[in-house]
Amino acid sequence: MSTEQQTATPMVEVRNVHKRFGNLEVLKGINLTVDRGKIISIIGPSGSGKSTLLRSVNNLEVIDDGVILLDGVQVNRPDMKGMAFERHINHIRQNMGMVFQHFNLFPHMSTIDNVTLAPRKLKGMDKKAARELGMEQLERVGLAEKADVFPNWLSGGQKQRVAIARALAMKPKVMLFDEATSALDPELVEEVNQVMRSLADEHMTMLIVTHEMSFARDVSDWALFMDGGVVVEESAPDKLFSNPDQERTRNFLQKHLENNK
Amino acid sequence: MDFDLMVEVTPLLIRAAWVTIDISSRAIFFGFFVACGLVFLQTLRFAPIRWFARGYVSIVRGTPYFVQLLLVFYGGPSIGLRLDPVTCGVVVGAFNIGAYMSEAIRGSIESVDNGQTEAARSLGFGRAQTMFYIVLPQAASLMIRSVGVLAIVLIKNSSLVSIISVVELTYQAQRLIGSTYKPLEIFTLSALMYIVIIYAVMGIIELAYRRATRYTTQ
Repeated sequence: MSTEQQTATPMVEVRNVHKRFGNLEVLKGINLTVDRGKIISIIGPSGSGKSTLLRSVNNLEVIDDGVILLDGVQVNRPDMKGMAFERHINHIRQNMGMVFQHFNLFPHMSTIDNVTLAPRKLKGMDKKAARELGMEQLERVGLAEKADVFPNWLSGGQKQRVAIARALAMKPKVMLFDEATSALDPELVEEVNQVMRSLADEHMTMLIVTHEMSFARDVSDWALFMDGGVVVEESAPDKLFSNPDQERTRNFLQKHLENNK
Repeated sequence: MDFDLMVEVTPLLIRAAWVTIDISSRAIFFGFFVACGLVFLQTLRFAPIRWFARGYVSIVRGTPYFVQLLLVFYGGPSIGLRLDPVTCGVVVGAFNIGAYMSEAIRGSIESVDNGQTEAARSLGFGRAQTMFYIVLPQAASLMIRSVGVLAIVLIKNSSLVSIISVVELTYQAQRLIGSTYKPLEIFTLSALMYIVIIYAVMGIIELAYRRATRYTTQ
């Protein structure tokens, strides 16, 4: 990462994070820094811990050890209990947008209500202002004309774009993408990638877990390869994807290439 | 078939059918609150309260409604619980259907995809807000049919309160048979009335279900 950024507080910082599911340690001391306006991609085989890491950043998974910081504020607070932690984490999460593999749109609400629910209920925005904001976000993902339909009427790609708009409506400091295109038919992947590219052009800070190697290579400032709960290798994407140092990275990329032929 | 007799007793049976509808709808109404209470108790941290709620549900589900009715009506007075027949029918009905309904409600809440909760939490919604804005509205449409089936079972079971001499449809039919000796005519009529009531309720349930799940269909 570039030297001029190192003095500023990173947007996301992950220090020595450990996570166990029962006896299985899925994160074995992960370190990661996402600087303001930068895009970091995490690749790796399934079961490598990459999704767990991403979910740990906004505490959907509770880590066992280590520290996670958002813009200098500690996310995980083992010292806090009950309602105090609830208030803390709810506030933190308002600053982090998360996009899921399976979209998780609210099916009982129209597209625009999906986008405006959180600003209205959590930021107390009135209906008119929220609708304006919501339409703005839907335009950003190219779906303004779908504002008043229910999610079940949308294609997978459209659903995911609405999910991105929903996250953006909270004006997050960072966007987390958990395999945002993995559940999509191949012909629908590009429309979502395009939206993510446009966010990159706006210098949105993003942490992306993905299987889309060429997309990750194009869009990221830094790339990590994870396997078996550790970061095996990290570097600029050009190097990681074309000339990695580690045997395991090479094997993974090789296999991935073969599978996608 | 003695059709003249059937015409003659119809008004009496219709009046009794209203009692059936009245008892059943009150039992379903109060039963819903019993069910919500049971669901709520089962979410509490304090284990003995959860055990109490679970135990209650198990006992109700593991015993016949008929026995529950007899126990409360005839056994109740020995512990100072004296209920008039109609009240007893409503109360036992409510506490009976409440146990079943609590399971239906819990099931529908649990069958809302966990991704919905995660999405809401990731936006910054708290537990209660997530339940209120996201999970319950979806669970409500899922529970309409299962709760509806329970309501229909309760309406049919309401014929059992005739044993504690509530003058509802079945008891009235028996009384009329006692004075006319025409069981075929009178029971046929009362069966027809049950069918009308039950199919009307089924229609309402189906309409409510379709309305509640409009968003899932194109």
